[in-house]
Amino acid sequence: MSRTVVNAVVNGEPVEFLAGGGQSLLDALRDELRLTGSKEGCGTGDCGACSVIVDGRLVCACLMLAPEAEGKRIETIEGLADNGHLHPLQHQFLEHAALQCGFCTPGLLMASKALLDRNPDPTETEVRYWLAGNICRCTGYDKVVRAVMDAAADLRQEGKSK
Amino acid sequence: MSGVEYLSPGSVAEAVRALQVDGARVMAGGTDLLVQMRIGRTKPKLVVDLKRIPGIAGIREEDGAFIIGAAASGAALGEHEALRKAWPGIVEAANLIGSTQIQGRASLGGNLCNASPAADSVPALIAAGATCVIVGPNGEREVPVEAIQVGPGKTTLANGEVLLAFRLPKRAAHTGDAYLRLIPRTEMDIAVVGAGVCVTLDASGKCIAARVSVGAVAPTALLVEAAGAALVGSSLDDAALTNLEAAVAAAARPISDKRGTAEYRTKVAAVLARRAALIARDRAQKDGAKA
Repeated sequence: MSRTVVNAVVNGEPVEFLAGGGQSLLDALRDELRLTGSKEGCGTGDCGACSVIVDGRLVCACLMLAPEAEGKRIETIEGLADNGHLHPLQHQFLEHAALQCGFCTPGLLMASKALLDRNPDPTETEVRYWLAGNICRCTGYDKVVRAVMDAAADLRQEGKSK
Repeated sequence: MSGVEYLSPGSVAEAVRALQVDGARVMAGGTDLLVQMRIGRTKPKLVVDLKRIPGIAGIREEDGAFIIGAAASGAALGEHEALRKAWPGIVEAANLIGSTQIQGRASLGGNLCNASPAADSVPALIAAGATCVIVGPNGEREVPVEAIQVGPGKTTLANGEVLLAFRLPKRAAHTGDAYLRLIPRTEMDIAVVGAGVCVTLDASGKCIAARVSVGAVAPTALLVEAAGAALVGSSLDDAALTNLEAAVAAAARPISDKRGTAEYRTKVAAVLARRAALIARDRAQKDGAKA
């Protein structure tokens, strides 16, 4: 099997790795780059545990081939906190206890970030529809939605004070 | 999924050449292909990723006509205001497919060529009268969307042919389109039935052209010409809509499966077509008011 060299920017850092033609971006992130925060729940794009942001678009890393990452900017859960300072979304997920086992949490956080990046003041309905592709089987969604709404308010406040 | 080669050609000619190799498969967003590879339903030797071909992921307007690249994502369609205003039914149908994550990748070209009978965007494209621009070893051809699917997973595309773009004609005055689908939940499901309708009215509000297409009630999406004909000459009054329902029910030949019985699907197809027709009419009327 031939492997190709892929150059991409992951969480702001240029990276170079070898990718198999049929390897998923998720496998490359986890096995080649050792970024194991993105999880594989289903491997078929149904659960959202592998959600990452590629050139500003939220995607399932399991439904993208690793060689497609050439030249792309990729954001993963590992880049969400800023030098050890939790992102407001992470902070509010903790405040609301919006997780139990935590397997879906990286995906939920990245999906929520993608939402707030483009819509800083979403309604609860918008949050619920946006996150429909992120499946949680233990906490349920109510605390997650409240955490996202509060994080959005925090971010708006931060924006004002800057 | 080891042993698969990956190629991302930068030109149409290169893609056409690559696709003539035995075991080559086209990929746009990959949201169907990669799932099928994962579960072992398809085992390509070569995946030909179209997205680096210039223009194939873009949307452009030319004198009121729209050319939508076959690999343009659902998210890109939803963000394109002019397209959303001109063809809201198509954009709504495309945006119903999967989750936010899937919308970031899934394309109209993939939705059509994957050839699922339940593909949401296909009835909307057929109703709108969209055509497909196809390039292959023997040159370019343009055919109506309804000429592509022949059955589940099967299309009329020949070996080496690539669907490059959809062309939407310049919309006639007082025209509106709509798409509705039924699923038993609000998100993340596959159509039990889908219905797309496009109507054009004259200045007095009388219907002068109509196209009706239904999905998930036959091996392919159906263009129901008799249903469109039932609306022409009417003001979409109750009698015309009853005729439309009868035409849709007569054309439907669904299977019974876990998503619904044949009888249920036939009934729902008629109801959805009626409701979509009324939304399309309201849009056509507003289209006139704005002009």
